[in-house]
This record gives sequence, structure tokens and C-alpha cells, in this order.
Amino acid sequence: MSLKLPIYLDNNATTPCDPRVVDAMLPYFTEKFGNAASRNHSFGWDAEEAVDYAREQVAKLINADPKEIIFTSGATESDNLALKGVFEMYQSKGNHIITATTEHKAVLDTCKHIEKMGGSVTYLPVAADGLIDLKELENAITDKTILIAIMYGNNEIGVIQPVREISAIARKHGVLFFTDATQAVGKVPVDVQADGIDLMAFSGHKMYGPKGVGALYVRRKNPRVKVTAQMDGGGHERGMRSGTMNVPGIVGLGKACELCMNEMADEAKRLSKMRDRLENALLELEESYVNGNREHRLPHVCNISFKYVEGEGLMMGFNKNIALSSGSACTSASLEPSYVLKALGLGDDLAHSSLRFGLGRFTTDEQIDYTIEQIKTTVLKLREMSPLWEMYKEGIDLNSIEWAHH
Amino acid sequence: MAYSDKVIDHYSNPKNVGTLDKAKQNVGTGLVGAPECGDVMRLQIEVDEATGVISDAKFKTFGCGSAIASSSLATEWLKGKTVDQALAIDNMDIVEELNLPPVKIHCSVLAEDAIKAAINDYRVKNGLEALVLDEKKH
Repeated sequence: MSLKLPIYLDNNATTPCDPRVVDAMLPYFTEKFGNAASRNHSFGWDAEEAVDYAREQVAKLINADPKEIIFTSGATESDNLALKGVFEMYQSKGNHIITATTEHKAVLDTCKHIEKMGGSVTYLPVAADGLIDLKELENAITDKTILIAIMYGNNEIGVIQPVREISAIARKHGVLFFTDATQAVGKVPVDVQADGIDLMAFSGHKMYGPKGVGALYVRRKNPRVKVTAQMDGGGHERGMRSGTMNVPGIVGLGKACELCMNEMADEAKRLSKMRDRLENALLELEESYVNGNREHRLPHVCNISFKYVEGEGLMMGFNKNIALSSGSACTSASLEPSYVLKALGLGDDLAHSSLRFGLGRFTTDEQIDYTIEQIKTTVLKLREMSPLWEMYKEGIDLNSIEWAHH
Repeated sequence: MAYSDKVIDHYSNPKNVGTLDKAKQNVGTGLVGAPECGDVMRLQIEVDEATGVISDAKFKTFGCGSAIASSSLATEWLKGKTVDQALAIDNMDIVEELNLPPVKIHCSVLAEDAIKAAINDYRVKNGLEALVLDEKKH
């Protein structure tokens, strides 16, 4: 078998750079190394031209105007800039932000920070399938609400929120709508006009571009949105984000967006077919469950809990050969199981038993075959070793046991 | 996080996985941990009543690789020891033998708890007083 190991199925964490992206970037390290802000020589002009071109490539992918693209260091910075920037800029209008419990930490922790600065934040719960309730969203709006911050596609379960319905509600109440679309841009069609998005964060390294570069879309018309800069300096990016432009990174992000623009439709079809094959094969195992809505979902993601086996123990069975991620506490720094899975109402036991598969541009059918085989074998092996599986098979209700919590 | 070779070895070739008949008078069963915490260990000992020596030990564990390795190692160490000798097994011995990193020390504590719980079950079954166990922090 010509299968090359290890296999990478953690594309929600990061994606490899597409070689075509790297090729586009390379000249900007050595020959065309100029500072895009140097207005009086050809090195600066070359750099500026490259940044302008990348801005067009990025804008085109999301149907924005190039002037609406603010380059940043990545989605975390974009999230911070959007949330804190709107909070500061619109202080006279209100101090209330609405978000959801399944957001990325870059949004949740920024919201926590805003609360300390005198903001008030509503964290909407989600249903068992991971979707927010639109009525609940609308009911949460007060006359102090300035921003709704709901992600496009979730990083752990891939669930896509009803973005158009959310933006319609925001519009109706004169509230801005920000979405962290880090997992969605380049994977599914994202259109800031049709979707009614006012601010949007995304990142290069989730779409086969380089790490350390991302963007914040900031609407300029209907309404004109402004954010207060979070870094003081030379007033780059229309004064919203100071700092010398990361020209090679920006060129890479632009190229990555262009490739996604051209290839996304076919890629999504190919990946969702592969993902469904993987998922259906793994669901043949008893007591395995998909986490999150299966219909409103990114095409390349699936998250499955294998009851009665623990995620980290499970991954150890194949992690020399297959790279993926788990909601198990043992795999995170916090020793807490995934808060996203818990927000779906999953018990900690099921959250501990979950694996997240993130397929990508370079995933092959052969890799999926191998993964199915390895995971099935390991789940069965670990269940033979699991006291919980034995109890389940004997018909013992695990909830009837008084566990020693520690 | 990289695992030590010994953890990998116990995980790949676990010793003494299985179930003893918990109804038997000379079998002690310890079930510790909780599914919500991500680890549950069941450890069982079978005691030769004439000699007081542990003649067999089995485990089943729901947990990470270190939890599986800790319980596998514990069963190996238990076999051939008297019940009193078994009580002397300290979690830090397991940490040392398996090279567990600090975040995995709780796996060894759980294994020690499982040993003591199994011994207590055996003692109570045989008309002895349960030992009061000192609480270790997991």
C-alpha cells in the first residue's frame, strides 16, 4: 500500500499551506521585501501593489469591497478588534452584546473582558443540535444592544448558524452583526451582502494560507461601521489596525482566497461525500452518535462520540498514524471536556468520548479507508477493556451507580 | 503530549484485562472514578485463602492511555503479593515506573484507590473491618 503516514485529519485546527500559496509568497521575503507604507521608492510600491491585489482577492471571495478588508494577524485579533472596537466606538448607543455559548474562546474571552470594562453580555444557549434559537435571540435584544456576535460555522461540530435570519433580526432592530467565520470562509459560500454581515473575522491558516495573517471585514455602506483601533501606531488600515503590513502573509492570504474562490464548490462536494462515507461507516459501531446538526454543517467536519470509550485513550490507539482531535478533557490544557459539546447538553461522559474529524483539500479516499479501519478496531478493543461497556452490555444503568467524583 | 514507552507498551499490550467473578467470597472488587471525569477503573483481586496471597488480578478501565497503563501495571504488581503487601503500593511508585507527567498523576492515584477499594471489598466480604483510607487528591 502506498499510503503515506501519518494522515492529517485535523484541518479545523489548521490547514497546510497550499504549495501555490507558498510560491506566490516567496518573492516577498527576499526580492520584493519592501514596506508597503514606503511611498517614495519602488520597493514600497511593489509591496503596496501586492497588498492591494491581495485585498481584491480577499474581497472577491466574500463579495465585499476591497476597502472593507482590514488585514490583521489572524482571527483572534480580528475577533478582539471587532468586539472591543465596536464596544468602544458605540458606547454612546449602548453597552450590550449578544453572543452564544458555543463561540470560540477568542470571542467568549473577549466578551468576558468587555464585561469587566462595563459591558453587559448575553450568552445564548444552543439547542441539542448546536443551533441558536432565533426567537431567543430577538427577545434578548434591548435598547442598549449594540452588537450580535454569532459565529458562522462552529470549529468543533461544524454547525452552521442561520446567518441570514440572524442578520435580518439585527437589521430590524438597528443592531450590528458580527460573525466569526474562520471555519466557513473558503469552505462554503460566504457573501457579506447576501448574508447581511456587518463585521466578519477570518484567518489565512484555516484555508490553506499561512499562519499569522487574517482579516476583519468592516462594512462601509448601509450602515457605515467603525471600530476603535486596539493598537496605537502608524494608522495603517484606515486607522483601524496599525502595524507594518505583513506583505508575504497578506499575499499568501490573497492567493489562498483566490484558490478557494475557484475550487471551493468542487472541493466542498468532494469532501462532504468523503465525510459522509467516514461518518456512516463509524456510525455502524453501536452506541456512536454524531454531535451537532448534520444538515446545517460545514462539508468537511464531523464530530462523533463513541460511548464508553474515552477520547484520549482512543486517540492513543492510532495517533502515531492519524492526527485528529478530541473533546476529551485529557487533550486540553484545562482538563475540562469540551464546553461546546457540553453546551449541546451532552453529558461529560459523552463529551469525553468524542472525536473531531476535519477533512481537507489534501484528504484522499485511501486515507479515509485507513481511518475507518483503525478507528473501528481501536473502539472495539477499548470497549473490551472498558468497565462501562461491560456494565452497559449487562444492562446496568450507569446513572444508578454512585460514582466517586473527584 | 508524548507518552513514555512503558505507557505505550501497557496500552498496546495491557496485562490482565478481564473480569473475575465478583460473587466469589475470595474476590475483591474496586470500582473508582466517574464517567464524567473521564476515568473509571475496575480492579479485582482473587485471594488464596490459605496463604493470603493474591493469586489473580484483573482490570477494566475507561480512560486515557495513562489510566489504562496504571491499572495494567497495578494488576501485575498485585499478583503474588499478600493483601498486606498490596496495601503498601503507593501511587508514586506507579508514577515513577511509568514516567507519568504531572497532569497524569491522578491516574496513578486512581489506581492506588482501586487497589485499596478492592482490598476493602475483600475484607468486608470476609468479616474484617474496612480500612479507613486516607484521601489523596486526584
